[in-house]
Amino acid sequence: MSDSLDQIFINAKQWILSLLSALPGWLTPLVSCLINIAALLGVFLTLFAAISVLERKILGRMQNRYGPNRVGPFGLFQPVADGIKMLIKEDIVPVRADKLVHFLAPILIAATAILTLGIIPYGRNMTPFAIDGGILFFFAVGSTTELAVFMAGWGSNNKFSMLGAMRAIAQMVSYELPLIITTLPDVMVVGALSPDAIVAAQDGYWTGVLPYWFVTTPWGAAAFILFFVSGLVESNRTPFDVPEGESEIVAGHMTEYSGFKYATFFLAEYFGMFAISGLAVTLFLGGWHAPISILEFIPSYVWFFLKLSGLLFVYIWIRGTLPRTRVDQIMNFAWKFMLPMAFTCIVAAAVWHYLGRGFAGWLSSLAVIAIVYVALSRLLETKKRFATRTYRFAE
Amino acid sequence: MNSAAFFIIGIITLSGAFAAATLPKLIHAALSLVVAFVGMAAYFFLLGAEFVGLVQIFIYIGAVAVLIVFTILLTRREPDRDRGRNWGGAVVALAVFAGLLWTILKAKAFDVSAPSIQPLTVKQIGEHLMTNYVWPLQCVGLVLTAALIGALILVMEEKR
Repeated sequence: MSDSLDQIFINAKQWILSLLSALPGWLTPLVSCLINIAALLGVFLTLFAAISVLERKILGRMQNRYGPNRVGPFGLFQPVADGIKMLIKEDIVPVRADKLVHFLAPILIAATAILTLGIIPYGRNMTPFAIDGGILFFFAVGSTTELAVFMAGWGSNNKFSMLGAMRAIAQMVSYELPLIITTLPDVMVVGALSPDAIVAAQDGYWTGVLPYWFVTTPWGAAAFILFFVSGLVESNRTPFDVPEGESEIVAGHMTEYSGFKYATFFLAEYFGMFAISGLAVTLFLGGWHAPISILEFIPSYVWFFLKLSGLLFVYIWIRGTLPRTRVDQIMNFAWKFMLPMAFTCIVAAAVWHYLGRGFAGWLSSLAVIAIVYVALSRLLETKKRFATRTYRFAE
Repeated sequence: MNSAAFFIIGIITLSGAFAAATLPKLIHAALSLVVAFVGMAAYFFLLGAEFVGLVQIFIYIGAVAVLIVFTILLTRREPDRDRGRNWGGAVVALAVFAGLLWTILKAKAFDVSAPSIQPLTVKQIGEHLMTNYVWPLQCVGLVLTAALIGALILVMEEKR
């Protein structure tokens, strides 16, 4: 029973394909691809609509106000109203803008964001685009985003846009390094670049209770935190949203976009966030595996989306909690702290692997990470203390 | 099916490369070059060299194209001056093309029907890099580290 519930979407797809068996053979893979794409877009556009209203509700709750509550019950139809508003807004293109580049930038950025979602295993046998080098595909396609951001900034012919694009590219290039290097311990330990193999390696439980997720090892926990912080930067979320810091440069590279093009940027940003969180779940949180073996009767995709929503909630929580950092702080943090720690994770994973992946390896890798962390904190100590703030104009 | 894909990708790649060579605005030329890079990656995918295709996208679009675009942005522009066509570049390109063509036509494998391609797995590449080709890998690592340190020295503030 639970098995058929687990594979319900796979069976549905097989059923549709079997209906089409009368058609010529070359059509079947095409239809299969189209079904995957339609399912991916349907699920994530729904999630996008849901998260856009939930984010505002949760932020409202954190800031002691109501949030959207006018459209529909509890304001749940707010995304519909937003969508209609975005669609009927006038599409303004600046006279001095580079029309073609200005037009292509939102398309490219949305296309790359959707492509990266394809390689993530959403459940048992549920990877839309299963290729051998899935992790590499993710980062290869993801790195194209920088070009799209540049096209948006340059094509708008506006100094705020260009400044925002410069900031965005600078921090994306810097944080791509820790982001990729923190996935390396996983790839090393599993010995494969495909997300499915990485999820399969995290199967099983220690005495039936504790799962063999990589986040339960010291190197995995450290790499997960580093990966998550880098993911925050890559998706331009608070506290790393300097590229679109409203108080400084209007909306960064999106300044000259209005209406549906702006909505496309917004969508790409959220899809990027989903993709990074999905990859974090796949790499460190055991993918679609259940946390306790007795809960395995719950379908795999439910577990995946539960973990994904957990991470997305943390994204919103951080946005509601932390103020924006400065550009130089972000850069210093990337090169002086994140990068050495990411390399330490590789060493710690190697120590863990060669000491037999047991308790001794666990303790040793914890020791490696702790030593480097303490040494780095001592080294980077600036001896700056916050002075007591004096108010001149306010009491 | 494959030959149709070959021609479509070829047309896209060639038009991208042609646009990169002829467009008057440098940024447009750089972005057209990206189209040519994507076409090259598509050829690698068509040949079953998935890893090489991904690395092509990763390095040439994610890094080289961004670098080119930034170089254009940070150098001085003189929009009024028309430099005309750079015929020296055309001569070099033709020479390289002729050399490649000569080598390819001389190679024996050209008239033999291609053997069925075994898809190259990432694991095989990794094993070869760690066993047969350790020295080249280490040399590349050394060169890249030297480049990194050189870049750091260039931008380091001079202490007085």
